Amino acid sequence: MGFRRAGLGEAQVAGALITVVCLVLVLIIALPLWTLLSKSVQNVDGQFVGLANFAAYVRSPTLVASLANSVMVAGLATAIVIPLAFVYAYALTRSRMPLKGLFAAAALLPIFAPSLMAALALIYVFGNQGILKSWMMGASLYGPVGIVAAEALYSFPHALLILTTALSLADGRLREAADALGTTRRRIFWTITLPGARYGLVSAAFVVFTLVITDFGVPKVIGGQFDVLATDAYRQVVGQQNFPMGAVVGLVLLIPAVAAFFVDRRAQKRQTALLSARATPYFPKRDRQRDWSLFVFTALVGSAIVATYGVAVWGSFVRYWPYNLSLTLNNYDFANVEPTGWEGYVNSLKLAGLTAVIGTAFVFVGAYLIEKLIVFPRLRGFAHFLAMLPMAVPGLVLGLGYVFFFNASWNPLNVLYGTLIVMVINTVAHYYTVAHITALTSLKQIDREFEAVSASLKVPFWRTFSRVTAPICMPAILDIAVYLFVNAMTTVSAVIFLYGSSTKLASIAIVHMDEAGAVASAAAMGTVIMATAIGVKLLHVALNALVFGRLQRWRVR
Amino acid sequence: MTVADTIASSFLRVRGLGKSFGGFRALKDVDLDVSRGEFVCFLGPSGCGKTTLLRAIAGLDPQDEGTIHIGGRDVSKAPPSERDFGIVFQSYALFPNLTVAKNVGYGLVNRSRPRREIDARVAELLALVGLAEQGAKFPGQLSGGQQQRVALARALATSPGLLLLDEPLSALDAKVRVRLRDEMRALQQRLGVTTIMVTHDQEEALAMADRIVVMNHGVIEQVGTPEEIYRRPATAFVADFVGHMTFLDAIVTGPRSVKVGALDFIVAEDAGAPVGSKVKLALRPEAVQTRAVAADAANRFDARVGDLAFLGAFCRAQLAPVEPGAPVIAADISANAMRDLGVATGDVRPVAFPPEALRVFAAAAS
Ligand SMILES: Nc1ncnc2c1ncn2[C@@H]1O[C@H](COP(=O)(O)OP(=O)(O)O)[C@@H](O)[C@H]1O
Ligand SMILES: [Mg+2]
Repeated sequence: MGFRRAGLGEAQVAGALITVVCLVLVLIIALPLWTLLSKSVQNVDGQFVGLANFAAYVRSPTLVASLANSVMVAGLATAIVIPLAFVYAYALTRSRMPLKGLFAAAALLPIFAPSLMAALALIYVFGNQGILKSWMMGASLYGPVGIVAAEALYSFPHALLILTTALSLADGRLREAADALGTTRRRIFWTITLPGARYGLVSAAFVVFTLVITDFGVPKVIGGQFDVLATDAYRQVVGQQNFPMGAVVGLVLLIPAVAAFFVDRRAQKRQTALLSARATPYFPKRDRQRDWSLFVFTALVGSAIVATYGVAVWGSFVRYWPYNLSLTLNNYDFANVEPTGWEGYVNSLKLAGLTAVIGTAFVFVGAYLIEKLIVFPRLRGFAHFLAMLPMAVPGLVLGLGYVFFFNASWNPLNVLYGTLIVMVINTVAHYYTVAHITALTSLKQIDREFEAVSASLKVPFWRTFSRVTAPICMPAILDIAVYLFVNAMTTVSAVIFLYGSSTKLASIAIVHMDEAGAVASAAAMGTVIMATAIGVKLLHVALNALVFGRLQRWRVR
Repeated sequence: MTVADTIASSFLRVRGLGKSFGGFRALKDVDLDVSRGEFVCFLGPSGCGKTTLLRAIAGLDPQDEGTIHIGGRDVSKAPPSERDFGIVFQSYALFPNLTVAKNVGYGLVNRSRPRREIDARVAELLALVGLAEQGAKFPGQLSGGQQQRVALARALATSPGLLLLDEPLSALDAKVRVRLRDEMRALQQRLGVTTIMVTHDQEEALAMADRIVVMNHGVIEQVGTPEEIYRRPATAFVADFVGHMTFLDAIVTGPRSVKVGALDFIVAEDAGAPVGSKVKLALRPEAVQTRAVAADAANRFDARVGDLAFLGAFCRAQLAPVEPGAPVIAADISANAMRDLGVATGDVRPVAFPPEALRVFAAAAS
């Protein structure tokens, strides 16, 4: 880079870069959210009306009914998922049962598919043409039952990841002390294990609740006449072009997410305080009875997940479910049922690729500037705040903000509306926080004096960034890229408001094919997405082995 | 001497330096001069502000007030890259993904010199620190002592005018530390580079420094040669921190005499306090004379030998002067003297406290 030759000092370059990061974050996160907020206090013509929209909302019985419906399904799904995920996580961390790795992988499967894939799978099993329809005993799958079941499947891995972390953090010394005192297993569980994972449980419950209440895909596919907030928002904005009411619904959706954000922050602080610096990891002892009962439980839950998704995949290859189960590739000829055919998949690949490349570069450089510079502390603090914000904003809400912001006639950027670019920007913003935290964590682990050493050697910081910092953080950089890719591949909720006629995505095509009654093709598209996401993940695992092995010889002692 | 003369004669000149972290004042009004080619140690207990002062000099954590001149140039506001120094951190901060040679040459590559010249310089530096064969290894494959030398070579590569070392030896085990300490001192003298080293280890500072800057609570307590610091500590804090020192409560009885309990002591220097005021009388255990005590020696007392602690080359004896109401005083007796005199617990022997080895400090301190 030629900053030096251009006569610029390091401090000026640093200032310019951090300013750019702040401006971009304001543009892609703060302004859309601000537009959403201001829309909610305007009428359709853009005049300020105070809280009139909120009053109208409260007076509308259908909208209030949706709110009740949403809270109910989200509450039920949370109540089902948390205990199951807790026992599953317990089995993975606190037992000596066999095949732990396999079970962990099985439970993560839903992460690699759009949420509505779970709904499609349930339709294959318990729907009108389901192979196990009789199990429903006359009840209808299309409605709260289906939504709760599909959301439980979809949110299971998210709860599991949090609970596994919480349980593996708990202090082994407490357990050993309790064992030594001859405390009964039941007492240990209630007095040590459960309190130790308390914050993890609270955090997981909030995450699941938020995930479910803001999810659009599942209720769209399996909800039938059962309205929820997410489908309302979609109908208000896309169907009726009633932006103010859409904004109000979006803000209502923001409440649980913001609450979850603060609960999670508190929980994390407590969790680390709970763990003293000298806490030792816990190595479970063998216990045949416990290990086998946990094994049976895990096997049941794990195979239920895999089997459900498996049925959807199977269904996508079947000629006419369930009457003619001969296999065919016809359902993969998307052009038969969907005008854009395979184009949606190509668009999804483009979106995911661009999001991974641009997003990873921006997030990592931004995190580096925030963490490692010593100049401009205020600007860096502000950038960090903006980077943490998307965590509290569900995709659907961010998507609404984007519609209002990028579709506005006063905004010169409205030429981007409907393009792939705006969807890339939106997806980067949507998943910014987790990527940012991943980058920060890895940056915090490297010696904080590298920048000082380079300054003393008169080597500018950007050179040390590219020669030392970025190569050292390569594993984290790969993690971020894969995380962004997989999420860009599977997301529906934000981009459903943003696609244009030539930029329809695979995940959105699923919604449309399902609407048109082509369930098998919808499942086929879901299968393609899942295969791609899993393929990229496997590539990641292989690449990691390579990076840790040959390319990063210095890691070997 | 004019201001210009002072600047000319000192390579590093610090005036009125202050730095706060939030409400906490880590440095208070620090003045310091370091001459060209000097080896100076900042010595003090952990948390006294040594690193803060070093980083301010480097420009890594700029001061809130005060000025810094390096080589006659005012660098008070200059960023680190515009100051002429090399630095070695306690962690060494070696780049783990670059080979030893690449680490050492890191600051050279930037200066658009021909490849061959850089390689030659790197080889020269590696030879200088005794790592000639290790250039192709990665830092993770070296021992702690070797890593420290790589960090030193890297800091010296650009021939800086000032070498800053922040506890460079504290991560090493005792044996290696002593060896490297001598090597570093020899290297510094050979290269003649002005050096500031931070340490909390008084032995290290005494062994290596031309001059020692003793710090406490963000202020400089004393600046002096190791000998001065040891023999003539300016404050009770310095006396206590450097070497062993026994403090006795005393009352001033004359211009050069104090009373401890029933014992009268003659001191070589003016007590600097009015008669009757309370002071501390300080003496080093090794300054207590136990052998060939002349009958007319100053401060001569008969003392009973109490506990004896064997400490290798010497024994620390607790001496109780036979006069009633006298305090117990620690004295170091060399192994030789122990054997020659046959010292044993319970003996009553004459001992003397040479007036020039006694120091008087105000009672408030320490
Ligand atoms: N970045 C900082 N923020 C707050 N306090 C600091 C910071 N750096 C140092 N301090 C405080 O300043 C004092 C001096 O620190 P330091 O110079 O590192 O001491 P040392 O003499 O051990 O090198 C300590 O009390 C330390 O806690
Ligand atoms: Mg220090």
